[in-house]
Amino acid sequence: MNSPLATPALFHLGPVPITEAVLVTWGIMLLLGIGCSIATRRLSHNPGRFQSALELVVEALDLQIREASGAPAQTYRAFIGTLFVYILAANWMSLVPGVEPPTAHLETDAALAALVFVSVIWFGVRANGLGGYLKSFAYPNPVMIPLNILESLTRVFSMFVRLFGNVMSGVFVVGIVASLAGLLVPVPLMALDLLTGAVQAYIFAILALVFITAASAEGGTDHSNAEKGSP
Amino acid sequence: MNWLAFISIIGAAVAVSFGAIGPALAEGRAVAAAMDAIARQPEAANTISRTLFVGLAMIETMAIYCLVIALLLLFANPLIS
Repeated sequence: MNSPLATPALFHLGPVPITEAVLVTWGIMLLLGIGCSIATRRLSHNPGRFQSALELVVEALDLQIREASGAPAQTYRAFIGTLFVYILAANWMSLVPGVEPPTAHLETDAALAALVFVSVIWFGVRANGLGGYLKSFAYPNPVMIPLNILESLTRVFSMFVRLFGNVMSGVFVVGIVASLAGLLVPVPLMALDLLTGAVQAYIFAILALVFITAASAEGGTDHSNAEKGSP
Repeated sequence: MNWLAFISIIGAAVAVSFGAIGPALAEGRAVAAAMDAIARQPEAANTISRTLFVGLAMIETMAIYCLVIALLLLFANPLIS
């Protein structure tokens, strides 16, 4: 059995090794990008079936973002919505035969978590200025500075190990059961994987949103949201 | 097979088996509390079950961490090889 931690390169593009996860990610990007551009080409005030379904998805995302952050949805819709839709699509890639979800590899999850880490800093600096953001590390008092810095690193780390562990264990268990029992036996496990994938995508997006909201609310005089960021 | 590999395999099994105890107890308590809450307030069932799913996934993460440690011991052990 192959190690779930290894990522063998399929081919090399110059000096850069291209793994299966990268290829599948490109496929998802193409699928989502082209699909969305076709779907939103002819928007009308009298929506048809397809447009209604799309609007339902976007409104559900907006509602969750408004409820979790308390800010207008368009502030975070682009980033959080993209995270959610991409991770959901990636987790459900396990349905396609012969394709492993890219989130079952450490590298993809680490890249997503790095995005969240950078965007927490970006939104925090944008809301409070550089000084305000740096000052938020000294809340509630300067003794907490090392702990706050450590926390901002470890919470992102635990986010990506959580996503990796859940998706990878699903793929791993299905692989083991399929090799032991037979073709159709792991189907109920795969159905469970669908639920796990959706919940994990939701959790990843909501946690990213909570961290960003906490960072952009902390620096000012209003500390009511400050404790929201602790996991 | 040398004794390092031997200990690693035992360590992986111990990590998963003992690491699953805590999350299992915690998930049982969480589900019981959610059932209790839904029985008292059936109209809040949607909110409660959504929060329950998120909480369960959070708790389950602890067991998943143990699984990751076990896989690290088995497949990416720096002491063997």
